[in-house]
Amino acid sequence: MDFYLSALLQGLCFSALALGIYISMKIFNIPDITTDGSYTLGGVVTAVLLTHHQPAYVILPAVILAGGIAGALTGLIHTKLKINALLAGILVMTALYSVNLTLMGTSNLPLNNVPSLFTLINLSINPNNNAFWILAIFTVVITLLIGYLLKTDFGIAMRATGNSESMIRSLGVNTDRMKITGLALANALTALSGYLISQFQGFTDISMGIGIVIVGLGSVIIAETLINWLRITSVWLSLVLVLGGAVIFQLVLAVTLDIGVNPNLLKIVTAVFVLLIVSLPRLSSLNKT
Amino acid sequence: MIEITNVHKIFNPGKANQVKAVNGVSLSIKDGEFVVIVGPNGSGKTTLLDIVAGSVFPNPGSVNIDGHDVTKLPDYQRSKWIARVFQNPMSGTASDLSILDNFRLAAIRTQPKGLTIGINEAFKSKVKEKISNLGMGLENKIEQQMGTLSGGQRQALTLLMSVMDSCKVLLLDEPTAALDPRSAEIVMRTADNLIKDYKLTAILITHNLKDAYSYGNRIILMGEGLVVKDLDSKNKADLKQNDLFVWFG
Repeated sequence: MDFYLSALLQGLCFSALALGIYISMKIFNIPDITTDGSYTLGGVVTAVLLTHHQPAYVILPAVILAGGIAGALTGLIHTKLKINALLAGILVMTALYSVNLTLMGTSNLPLNNVPSLFTLINLSINPNNNAFWILAIFTVVITLLIGYLLKTDFGIAMRATGNSESMIRSLGVNTDRMKITGLALANALTALSGYLISQFQGFTDISMGIGIVIVGLGSVIIAETLINWLRITSVWLSLVLVLGGAVIFQLVLAVTLDIGVNPNLLKIVTAVFVLLIVSLPRLSSLNKT
Repeated sequence: MIEITNVHKIFNPGKANQVKAVNGVSLSIKDGEFVVIVGPNGSGKTTLLDIVAGSVFPNPGSVNIDGHDVTKLPDYQRSKWIARVFQNPMSGTASDLSILDNFRLAAIRTQPKGLTIGINEAFKSKVKEKISNLGMGLENKIEQQMGTLSGGQRQALTLLMSVMDSCKVLLLDEPTAALDPRSAEIVMRTADNLIKDYKLTAILITHNLKDAYSYGNRIILMGEGLVVKDLDSKNKADLKQNDLFVWFG
């Protein structure tokens, strides 16, 4: 059972990442590969500051800022230099690998012997329950903030930018600046997931971000399938489904491991699972015709 | 209201696919004038409209709106004066957003989009009231996504959206080209009423010579990037519909 609990906790750690991908992929229509780099960056900044005994109120803003800068760079390259968003993301992600390695000075930094978010806050005696409550509160706060943001005039303009650029420009919005802000926000959220995972698993590794974008994409795609299926238009429900998607994704991986699939095959299982979900609507419509 | 001075635009200069879209156009459009521009495809009508809107920059030439030199301002900064209706109904509205969200953005076209929630009950009833004037029965569907509406409904709403915030200039780029005749008529009548009610300065591009004849108080024929004919309100009143067909003969 612990197996599934830790999958749930990981899912909650990834909820910020899923919301970030939801913003870049669904709201702005930009496939943002910066994610792999900014996720690790979040973990690296956390690890370096924790091992330098910096207080939590410094670490959290630093992580958000670092992720935001990474996203803004991708946004700048994409909008100002008119480079394909996918390529812009790959460029920043590649550069971030060196940045991360330089910041850490090593490829792996253990955090077992420094106090972290999960040892500083005590909401329950059981460490798993404690982690659950901390992550749950964290997730709820982030979701409320993003949900509120999307409801504001700024948020509506953001949603319109990915939907009808000609319209929103004629309504007085600088779409370049909007995309840069959106990518900064998305990657700040992604970095937050790196921040949580590093402290949850007790180390930061230079390769922890490899393929992480698929975790976010998978979560968003699970949510999108449900959104289309249930014909949901509410912003709040959509966000809740994205969070649900993040948890379901981790649970599926946990089931895979639980039934004895070789862990080396986990990435292929992930890829096939995402493929299955993406193609599900098409496959079911093929059956009907 | 709008001063266009010696405006040129060449696309892909120096290349094999070079196009001289606008070839030295000067126009002075007075406050409250409703200008209809006609002309064959490739005569530079849309490029001229894009130059006024700011999505294309002239080289050389200058554009002046309401006493301000806006030649170097991008489209999103000219929204202070200009509202636009596009040929494609998809371009003027955001499909995935609700009608209400679309109207909210339009209502703050000239203002910054801040971090406060602007949609409240008062705003909803204001939108409902405006939409009910269209007589399309859309006032009870304001929470619906824009994408669920037909092209005609979307164009009519786009027109309404343009006067949600202060507006001086309305640009209409073949707003009825994608519509069936009945919807087209409703959209054109709505546009004409709004232009009169709000005393807007308007430019309409159209290929429909009946519309060109019926609407507006000035008509311009363009050809090869130049103004070929320019008839003011008195001369336009004397114009017969058949004369327009002769222009294209």
